[in-house]
Amino acid sequence: MGIDHRKINRLLQKLRSHPYCVYAIETPHTGYLRSFRVKEGSEVQPGEILFLLERERNLKPVKSRVSGRVQRLRQDLLDRFVEAGEPILEIWHPLSQEEVISEILQEALQVLRAPETARYLPSPEIEARLRKDGPGKALVHPGEDLLIMTFMKRETPIRHEGPPAVIYRVFFDPQEVVPAGNPLLGLCSPEEVPYIDRVLARIREEWPEQ
Amino acid sequence: MSEIYRELTDLWERAVYLRDIKGEDWENISELVKVLEDLRRDFYERPSADLEKRLPGFQSRILELEDLAARTLTPYEVVRIVRHPQRFTLLDILENVYDRYTELGGEGEINIDPAVVVARAMISRRVGDKVYLHQVMVIGHEKGHGEEFREGGSAKPWGNEKALRYMKIAETEGIPIHFYIFTPGAYPIEDYPGAAQQIARNLYTMAKLKVPMVAFISEGGSGGAEAIGLADMRLMASRGYYSVISPEGAAAIEAKLKSGRPPRELVERCARNLRLTAEDNLRLGTIDRIVPEPPLGARRRDYAFFRRLRYEMIRATDEVVLQTRSLRTFRKYVLSRRNGSEVPEDFGIYVNWELSEDEKEILLENRSRKYREMSRWAICGRVSRLQSYLEKGQDLGTRMFHGLRHGIFRQSQKALRRMFEEFTQEGSAFLKPVTDPVKTVYNLVAGRKKKVPRIVSPIERIEEPEDIYVSPLALEDRTVTCPNAETHGCPDLWVPDLYGEFCGVCPNCGHHFPLEYQWYLNNIFDRGSIREFNEEISSGNPLNFEGYAEKLAEARKKTGRNSAMLTFEAKIGGISLIVAMLIADFRQGTVGVAEGEKFIRACDRARVTRRPFLALVHTTGGIRIHEGTLGVVQMPRCTLAAREYIDSGGLYIVVYDNNSYAGPVASFLGCSPYQFALRSTRLGFAGPRVILETTGQPVPPDYHSAENALRRGHIQGVWDRRELRLKLYEALLTMGGRNLYYR
Repeated sequence: MGIDHRKINRLLQKLRSHPYCVYAIETPHTGYLRSFRVKEGSEVQPGEILFLLERERNLKPVKSRVSGRVQRLRQDLLDRFVEAGEPILEIWHPLSQEEVISEILQEALQVLRAPETARYLPSPEIEARLRKDGPGKALVHPGEDLLIMTFMKRETPIRHEGPPAVIYRVFFDPQEVVPAGNPLLGLCSPEEVPYIDRVLARIREEWPEQ
Repeated sequence: MSEIYRELTDLWERAVYLRDIKGEDWENISELVKVLEDLRRDFYERPSADLEKRLPGFQSRILELEDLAARTLTPYEVVRIVRHPQRFTLLDILENVYDRYTELGGEGEINIDPAVVVARAMISRRVGDKVYLHQVMVIGHEKGHGEEFREGGSAKPWGNEKALRYMKIAETEGIPIHFYIFTPGAYPIEDYPGAAQQIARNLYTMAKLKVPMVAFISEGGSGGAEAIGLADMRLMASRGYYSVISPEGAAAIEAKLKSGRPPRELVERCARNLRLTAEDNLRLGTIDRIVPEPPLGARRRDYAFFRRLRYEMIRATDEVVLQTRSLRTFRKYVLSRRNGSEVPEDFGIYVNWELSEDEKEILLENRSRKYREMSRWAICGRVSRLQSYLEKGQDLGTRMFHGLRHGIFRQSQKALRRMFEEFTQEGSAFLKPVTDPVKTVYNLVAGRKKKVPRIVSPIERIEEPEDIYVSPLALEDRTVTCPNAETHGCPDLWVPDLYGEFCGVCPNCGHHFPLEYQWYLNNIFDRGSIREFNEEISSGNPLNFEGYAEKLAEARKKTGRNSAMLTFEAKIGGISLIVAMLIADFRQGTVGVAEGEKFIRACDRARVTRRPFLALVHTTGGIRIHEGTLGVVQMPRCTLAAREYIDSGGLYIVVYDNNSYAGPVASFLGCSPYQFALRSTRLGFAGPRVILETTGQPVPPDYHSAENALRRGHIQGVWDRRELRLKLYEALLTMGGRNLYYR
């Protein structure tokens, strides 16, 4: 475990210079691009229709899944046949404070992911520690039960393997089933906690809250 | 001084009441209210002599206004009277009409449903020197005087379930039930037991409840009223209303409003067109008698009205009980003569309200006859007299034929077959120990293997129709996108494939696209087996609802049919059955008098011919509002017919498709023990907009889905349209009562 400071700095610089997540909107299938419902530079919300694509007289609206600004609109493709996967426009989604923090934490922390689709509960000791110290301070030692994986009344403990670590972030809800591969906990070594705190404090200062 | 203040308050209350009923602009009533209000406020600052001098003037003015208001009362103003907080409620009735009572199943807010009040009560009558006490079960809606938790008398599903529970207790104890209907409509939520399904259960039980029942209607709001309205005698307050829908709701439908309030003129016109007043309902035959109220409606302190109501309830119960008695002539005569406005101190006659077993049977017969006759006068499309006689003769012939075939012959045949079976089984049990060793040795020597008979499943027995009917929707060269494409990744569907081979079902996610009713007629039943009957019964305009005749003519022209209900004989895999089908093309499958009558006749045909009965709902939008309460009474009428069919040992299956809502689901469809829905059905009591307006809570988009209906236990299964024929065939073979012809 160890934080690559240079990598985090590079990521921070990149986010500062371009605080957007760019979603390229492509044609889901072949067809004729019949009309645009948005203009270059217009703001869109999730669910808003972007353009209409016609295949076999079936006019299909393609909708936005994110909010943001429309860029690089390909007006030249209007009323022309397009192949599947043809980029039509980009949506520049301005990153919120929470989104930036989550991106940084994914890089900075060691993320423990769900090995199976199941419900996860913190072990009683960890739960007591989390309640007492709060995330960012609760320390776990090697070999300690970290979580209990429960599925159809079958309970399997998940042990912490590796050097002592601090639980910096809890990503799951004990009431809900977590799909396999989803993040459960974000861990880091106790020495790295002040550094991560500083980075997050800077992000909170720099990015306006939404 | 306090006397003057009391009189002044009384005058002010009467003026406010007039303003609430007639509106603020009527005869400068607002000014009068303001003057009286000022006088009340400054009462102790003014000389009492001055006030005393002015009071008679106000009194005569208010009397004059009250007289004028009563003479010019419009139907919508009657609705306002009924909704007024000063109007009497059920608890006022329990206090003033009954001698004593014990509330059951909760009190006030501490209640499973405060909108439904149940009480064991005692009501007395004086005959000469003697006082007779009768025990009754009182069940009704409580609107409360401004108590929010009562929801204005809108019974929740569990409130109606409570009512049903106590109806059964009354039946066990053999005491009459007095129903008091004070509801603007049922609370439209689907949580278990479900608004529609519970009303259907109530109607189903009330159809054959073996106690005398009398209902009194003050505010009869459609299905909610029917939940406790199937009574042997239905009384109505002279300033009450009984309607298929609220005038505002009707106006919103007429104006095709998606949101907002309809204009006042339209609401007034709809109230007039709906024929919702007591006089209208008496003329339409949906109630039996009117209980007179003061000209501007009875309020909570009108003790003379309560005295009248007490007398009318006793008299109505007497009449119901006497109908079952053989020795009744003189007492019936005495009761029938009492039509005057005077309420006698001495009741004059005594009727014991307990019924013997034979009398209970007569009571049920009377109830069945009463509801079967109700609204029959409004049936249109009658045939010629000669044809009518021929049909009657044919009916009689059918009855006799099936009576002989399935009654006398079938019974003896059954008995013979059973005897034969017993003999053969006994014989084989006796001979088996002797023959088995010989058989085994013979098979061993001859090298034969023992044959095990193969069980043939229904799937193998039923044959698919040779030529498949293809929907005209398929005649288009284009593709469509499945609504679930985003979530389920469904590919685009080529229309000829979708409406042809796939039966309108997305092969990836199972979404059912709507199909026309002809598809079902051609692909579910054996080819050429459909024989329609009662096609000539047609929807009419019994209330002369403005603009409805044109809408009906348009529907007739579009469909070539006379009503939204198709009734026919058909076969599935060789099994004959009777089918009633509601179709979307004719006024959205709404139910009026013609549809109800056709359903009842189909039920009766199924009962007489011992055929299974299938209600196939292509779509139903509820009770047709243009036929007013004549449409609403189809709920008890049809449920009664369905109950009689089920009791006779038949099989009643309901299959829903597309949209099935409101009255029919809350009565003759919802009462079936076997209800199934196709995958994309939307099933419920009220649509999302009505739910939002009534409860203030929006519902999720899949609130009415078939899956959720199944989850709540409203239906017994979800079927796929592609397997409908097979599923129906299986159901016909595996379900049903004792009396089916193929059993």
